[in-house]
Amino acid sequence: MLLGRNGAGKTTTLRTIMGLWAASAGSVVFDGARIGGPGAAGDPAKGKRGTPDIAQLGIAYVPENMGIFADLTVSENMLLAARGARQLDALDGKRLEWIFGLFPALKKFWLYPAGKLSGGQKQMLAIARAIVEPRRLLLIDEPSKGLAPAIVQNLIAALRELKSTDTTVLLVEQNFAMAKALGDTVAVMDDGRIVHRGAMAELAADEGLQQRLLGLSLAAHQ
Amino acid sequence: MGTAAATTPAAAADAGAGAIPKSRFDAIPLLLVAAVALVAWPFVGSTSTWLTLTVAGLSIGMVIFITASGLTLVFGLMDVLNFGHGTFIAIGAFIATTVFAAMSDWSASPDLVRNLIAVACAMAVAMALAGAIGWAFERVLVRPVYGQHLKQILVTMGGLIIGEEIIKMIWGPAQIPLPPPEALKGSLFFGNANVDKLRVLGVVVGAIVLVALLWALNRTKIGLLIRAGVQDVEMVESLGYRIRRLFVGVFVAGSALAGLGGCLWAMIRQIVVPQIGGEVNVLIFIVIIIGGLGSTLGCFVGALLVGLMTNYTGFLAPKAAMFSSIGLMVAILLWRPQGLYPVSSR
Repeated sequence: MLLGRNGAGKTTTLRTIMGLWAASAGSVVFDGARIGGPGAAGDPAKGKRGTPDIAQLGIAYVPENMGIFADLTVSENMLLAARGARQLDALDGKRLEWIFGLFPALKKFWLYPAGKLSGGQKQMLAIARAIVEPRRLLLIDEPSKGLAPAIVQNLIAALRELKSTDTTVLLVEQNFAMAKALGDTVAVMDDGRIVHRGAMAELAADEGLQQRLLGLSLAAHQ
Repeated sequence: MGTAAATTPAAAADAGAGAIPKSRFDAIPLLLVAAVALVAWPFVGSTSTWLTLTVAGLSIGMVIFITASGLTLVFGLMDVLNFGHGTFIAIGAFIATTVFAAMSDWSASPDLVRNLIAVACAMAVAMALAGAIGWAFERVLVRPVYGQHLKQILVTMGGLIIGEEIIKMIWGPAQIPLPPPEALKGSLFFGNANVDKLRVLGVVVGAIVLVALLWALNRTKIGLLIRAGVQDVEMVESLGYRIRRLFVGVFVAGSALAGLGGCLWAMIRQIVVPQIGGEVNVLIFIVIIIGGLGSTLGCFVGALLVGLMTNYTGFLAPKAAMFSSIGLMVAILLWRPQGLYPVSSR
């Protein structure tokens, strides 16, 4: 769980991990291998984005704007995310059923243009797309943004089930209730640096610490 | 493609509740093609002349579509403005003269099959060479200027000029006549209307290209990647695809299609000049702007509109013919500022 005020650098962190933006210093290490930072293969600063290679390591990214292909159908969006499948019937049926179980709306609107979905459904599609094949790390940027509370509850349930699989989730959130419901460990950023690191439960229990780190009181977010 | 513009954003229901409106195919631009043809009818007066003009316009529209289809994808996919596209058209046209000269026995034979083989050879060589030159063009000229529109315009314009001069060095500065193959000379008659056989060939080849393109874009994974890339390159890369490689493929295919279009263009015009690239360039840019940058269907409809418009005005008011396609573009952009079929979510 990555928390922090607006402009703290959370989205920048995710985009840098994904190789979409160049890091001016430091390095990104995934599973013991250096995948980003100045001088790494595919440094965007040298004009060559290593994003496809990073994705092929098993890292999936759900950007804040969800990155849905609006002119494509829901099924085409899913097919695109499955690198191993050339045709729809090559998608892993069992996994698809599992995803439909998490997000029933996707089954219902399978052949609709994704641009016609509601905001919540688009968010579900964006996450479903990221997990259509097994992934090792999921980067999700503010999934609760602009969603109705009931939908956020759905999303929390789905992400909780996802967490129970082998996938690691790095979630950026502004919604503290959602962060509290999902987070195991938490890092808080401010001004581009990590200013706190610890267990989520610890932060959730310490209102003074929240106040100091995030400038919020729990009451304001309930 | 082309489905998103039709309906207003759905008043979408939340997960599971209610049905969202089915998306409708936006047929208005297609109806516009028919409307232009119908409006021109009373002005032209004679039905047979109108039919001749209409078929001629549709066929030139098809040829414009073939040449422009690659350009619109190149722009949509990589945001590259390639003003050098005309080079590939010119190469296709000149290759046609060379192949026809080399196969003069075949093209002068009264046997239609032998003629068609000569035509097919000319098209194949034109596509292969234009594609190969397109590959080099992308490597040398386009690759260093990704993301920089002004430089792209300057560099690719320079490429067009260099291409024209190289063509003058190889084929000479004079215009080269390109007599049609024996069995394709003259016209077919439908009642009183006569239709050039070569123009029928243009329509047939154009239809084949359209069907092949739509099939590749809508039924294959590579087509899916191209359609997604036109909308959001970053996300396609984030899903793990090397879009740069895909882009080179599209660039080469687009150049090959431009070569094919140039070949057909030269056969219909029956004369080839070194300036052909620059001349057609203007037309195809008008077409892809009318159609909506990045949209294949829009490019098709735009090409038909431009083809019909130039033919009607060429007959009714020859002096206004040059202006007609620009006027058409202005009118359409006033109506739909993003073009006929805007590509969404850019």
